[in-house]
Amino acid sequence: MSAMNDSLVIARRNLIRMSRIPEMVIFGLIQPIMFVVLFTYVFGGSMNIGGSTDPDVYKNFLMAGIFAQTVTFATAGAGAGIADDMHKGLIDRFRSLPMARGAVLTGRTMADLVQTALTLLVLAVVALLVGWRPGFAEPTNFGKVIAGFGLLLLLGYAFTWIGALIGLTVRTPEAATSGGLIWLFPVTFISNAFVDSSQMASWLQPIAEWNPFSATVQACRKLFGDPGVSPSDAWPMAHPVWASIIYSVVIVAIFRTLAVRKYRRAAG
Amino acid sequence: MPGAIYAEGLVKTFGDVRALDGVDLDVPEGTVLGLLGPNGAGKTTAVRCLTTLLRPDSGRLQVAGLDVLKHPNEVRRSIGLSGQFAAVDEYLTGRENLQMVGQLYQMRARPAKARAEELLEQFDLTEAADRTARTYSGGMRRRLDLAAALVVSPPVMFMDEPTTGLDPRNRQLLWDVIKRLVSGGTTLLLTTQYLEEADHLAHDIAVVDHGKVIARGTSDELKARTGGERIEVVVHEREQISVAREVLAGFGKGETTVEEHTRCLTVPVTGGAKLLAEVIRELDTRGIEMDDIGLRRPTLDDVFLSLTGHMAEEKAEEKAEEKAEGNGDRQGQDRSKGRQKGKEATV
Repeated sequence: MSAMNDSLVIARRNLIRMSRIPEMVIFGLIQPIMFVVLFTYVFGGSMNIGGSTDPDVYKNFLMAGIFAQTVTFATAGAGAGIADDMHKGLIDRFRSLPMARGAVLTGRTMADLVQTALTLLVLAVVALLVGWRPGFAEPTNFGKVIAGFGLLLLLGYAFTWIGALIGLTVRTPEAATSGGLIWLFPVTFISNAFVDSSQMASWLQPIAEWNPFSATVQACRKLFGDPGVSPSDAWPMAHPVWASIIYSVVIVAIFRTLAVRKYRRAAG
Repeated sequence: MPGAIYAEGLVKTFGDVRALDGVDLDVPEGTVLGLLGPNGAGKTTAVRCLTTLLRPDSGRLQVAGLDVLKHPNEVRRSIGLSGQFAAVDEYLTGRENLQMVGQLYQMRARPAKARAEELLEQFDLTEAADRTARTYSGGMRRRLDLAAALVVSPPVMFMDEPTTGLDPRNRQLLWDVIKRLVSGGTTLLLTTQYLEEADHLAHDIAVVDHGKVIARGTSDELKARTGGERIEVVVHEREQISVAREVLAGFGKGETTVEEHTRCLTVPVTGGAKLLAEVIRELDTRGIEMDDIGLRRPTLDDVFLSLTGHMAEEKAEEKAEEKAEGNGDRQGQDRSKGRQKGKEATV
C-alpha cells in the first residue's frame, strides 16, 4: 500500500520535472521522427522485403521497428535521471526517508512509461501521415493494433529497468546518457527492425531472431498486419506475442531485482 | 542509558582507507553534539552510518533508542537529515519539494500540504514558494533543505556541515533556526569544520581526525587545554621590545614569546580585562608606544592545532576524503566548490 503510494508520489515528481524541461521531451520526439523520414525516403527504394522492393512495402515494414526502437531509447532518459538524482544528493534524501525501498525507481519507470506512451502516440500520427497503413499486408482490427502498442509499452517499461541499473552504476548523468544508448545500437540493429533478418549472414541470423527486441517487432508486425513478418522457425519468431511478453517480464524481474539491490546499497 | 544518538566502536573502511576507526559517540537527549574536524576526518561517513545510508563494517549504533542496523526504517521515521549539499529537486517549487517529502514520510496529501505551508512561513520562503528551486539562492536552497528535514519534526536531527559555503548573513540565519530547534528539545548531531560554529551551537564537542575522536568536552574544557588567556602587545619601535618584555614578565603566568619582525609580544595571564588595564598603564608610564594591545582568548583553532599538531585544513586529507567516501565524481564538484567558499570564509 505504502509502496504504491510512494511510487506514485515519485512518479508525479518526475512527471512535473518532465513538464518543466519540455526540451527533453521534444528532443525525444524529434529523433524517432527523423528516423521515420530518413529510413522511409533514403533507404525506402533499395530495401528488399520478402522479395519486394516497393518503397511502400518497406515503409509499412519499417514502422514497427522504429516504434520499438523509440520505446527502448527511453532507457537512456531513465538512467540519466537517476544518475542525476544521485549526483545531486536527492537519492540520499530519499534513502533517509521511511519510504518503500523500490519506490524511487518504480516511480521513475512509471513516469517514463507515461512519457513513452505520449511519444508513441505522436509517432504513430507521423507514421500515418507518411503513409503507414495498418492492415497493409494482412487484415487487422483496432483491438490488435492497440495490443501491439501495449507490447511496445511493455518492452519500453522492461528496458527502463536496465536504464535504471545503468544510472545507479555510473557516476554522472552524462555517462548514463551515453552508456544508456551505446548498447542499444547493436540490440536494435542486429534485429529484424530495419532489415529482413532472413537476409543476414547465417551466424548473425539466429542472434537477430532470438533477440528479445525482435520478438516485439515481429509481434507488432503480426498484430498491425504489416508486411515482412519473418517466416523463421525460431521459437520467438514463430510465437512472437508470447515471446515478447515472456522476454519483457523476465527482463523486469531480473533488472528490477538488481536495480533495487543496487539502490539500497550503493547509492552515494 | 545510552543517549538519543549512540555509537560504539564504529568502523568503516573504503578499500585501504579507514574512514572511521573505532568512533564512540553519545549524545544525551535534547543536547547538541558538534562533530568537529577537517575535511576527510570521517565526519560525513559517521553521519551516513547513523542515518542508515551506509552500512558500517562493525560497531553498535542506536538512534532514538532503536538499533540502526536492525530497524533502519523505524529509525528513518525518527530522524531528519540535512546535508552539505542541499538535496532538493531543483525543478520542483519549494512548496512541491516539501509536500513530496511530507508524503514520503507517509503523511497524507492534505496534512503534507498544510505542513509545507507552515515550514515555508517559518523559513521565510513564502514568497518564493511557487518558484522552482533552481531559481533560489544558495542560502534559500539550504533553508529549503533544512525545512525538508523538519517536515515531521523528528526528535533526532543530523546536520552535515549545514553552513559550509554560506555567506555570514545566511549563516547567522541558519544558526538562529538551529538554536530555536534545539530549545524545542531536539537532539542534534552537527558536523562542522568551522570551529566558531561548534563553539556557538554545540553543548559538547567531539574533535575528529583521521577517523578517530581525539578529544571531547565542552567548548570551555577544550579551550582550557590550550592554557587560557594571553595578552598580546605590538610595540611601535623595535628598540622598545626588551623594556616591554620586562613589563610583561611582571604580570605574566608564563614565558613571554616575542616575534621580532612583527614587534609582537605574547604572555599567558589570568585576570582578564582588569589586568589588561594595569598592563597598559604600566607600559605607558615606562614610555612605551603601543600600536596594538589586546586580551586574546583561545579559539578552537588553537585547540585544534594543539591537539593535532596541524591546522584544520590540509591538502592531503581532502584527497583522502574523496577516496575514502567512495563517492568518486558524485559530489566531487560540489564538494570542492563548498570547500573553496569555506576557505574564503575562514580567511
